[in-house]
Amino acid sequence: MESNKKLKLGVLFSGGKDSCYAIWIAKKRGYEISCLITIFSENKESYMFHTPVIELTKKQAELIGLPIIIKKTKGEKEKELKDLEETIREAIKKFKINGIVTGALASSYQAERIQKICDKFGIECFNPLWQKNQVELLNELVKEKFEVIIVGVAAYPFDKEMIGEKIDTNFIEKMKKMQEKYKINPAGEGGEIETLVLNCPLFKKKLNFKIKNIIGEGNNWRVEV
Amino acid sequence: MKKELLVINVCQEKLHYFEFVKPIEDILQKQGLFFFTKHYSKLNSVDLKKAEKVIICGTSLKDNNFLEKNNLKNFEWIRKFDKPILGICAGMQIIGKIFGGKIINKKEIGFFKENFVKDFFGLKGEQEVWHLHNNLIIFDKSWENYVSSSFQACKHKEKEIYCCLFHPEVRNKHLITNFSSI
Repeated sequence: MESNKKLKLGVLFSGGKDSCYAIWIAKKRGYEISCLITIFSENKESYMFHTPVIELTKKQAELIGLPIIIKKTKGEKEKELKDLEETIREAIKKFKINGIVTGALASSYQAERIQKICDKFGIECFNPLWQKNQVELLNELVKEKFEVIIVGVAAYPFDKEMIGEKIDTNFIEKMKKMQEKYKINPAGEGGEIETLVLNCPLFKKKLNFKIKNIIGEGNNWRVEV
Repeated sequence: MKKELLVINVCQEKLHYFEFVKPIEDILQKQGLFFFTKHYSKLNSVDLKKAEKVIICGTSLKDNNFLEKNNLKNFEWIRKFDKPILGICAGMQIIGKIFGGKIINKKEIGFFKENFVKDFFGLKGEQEVWHLHNNLIIFDKSWENYVSSSFQACKHKEKEIYCCLFHPEVRNKHLITNFSSI
């Protein structure tokens, strides 16, 4: 029989659209989220952890009303996995979680490694956005009133102009055209686009922050806060 | 009665529907195919009569609830079902158990290369597949193995029952569309 009552879940949280929406899907189906887990990579080219404004996850966790574990990693390819493993171990001990939720869409590198860590600890691994159509995801975010902005780009043909842009119906149409023309992933899966959730049904109020700088060159830009 | 493909959800946790069932529904929907989805515990004889083909989906590594004796009873209909069935991962293990196959522990997570010695819905020769399972099934002689190693893809010799241990909804999506068009 189906169930959804006994699990306490921890969410791998970057503050972007995918991890926030994964929480929303789990909560809507009655799952208890016990904590958020954020890995702050000092390596901007990290294989696992990408977001350029991860400092804001602490504020977002307050707005959601959940405790958060934030850990730094140097971001070296396999070492950062060890750091993630240790952080999940800490979450299991501290919050008695017996499952992890991720916002993984298509990254087999991330999915495989997180599955292995969860398997090692004997806990569930949930990937509610796995293989999801990326345009469908963007449309759902708009429909569910997620206020999301672009805080980083890292692929042709994206540029500095996109930083700060809001995900709305116009943005989705633009991304669909870009998908046809340049074969990009419209939701930025793969690190082409990094996002930040400013507000959503999970938040008590809108996230308040100031952009200090927009740094980068060519097709690589990100905000600093 | 309109004939449709039946997608069977075997997940114990509702949240796993999004990972193991919805990607299969999306593939069918993209092809414009008619289907309906039921959890195995809620299947009835009308559903099975209405179904022109059946796909039994997979579930998570931690979820082995479907293999419990009481739950396997829900799949006894497979023995007499005379329309095509595709069992994916957990679906393959269920079919294996119903037909007396032996389950052995073998954990595989991630991409693996498998050698298809015979065309399996468009997969032939060496192919990369996505694995996420704890067990393998050893079938008896009434099954034909399409892969050179252990039973990763096979078919019943007299029935239109197909199984794959890997997840074609992640890599090799055309396997699902090819099965749907037989």
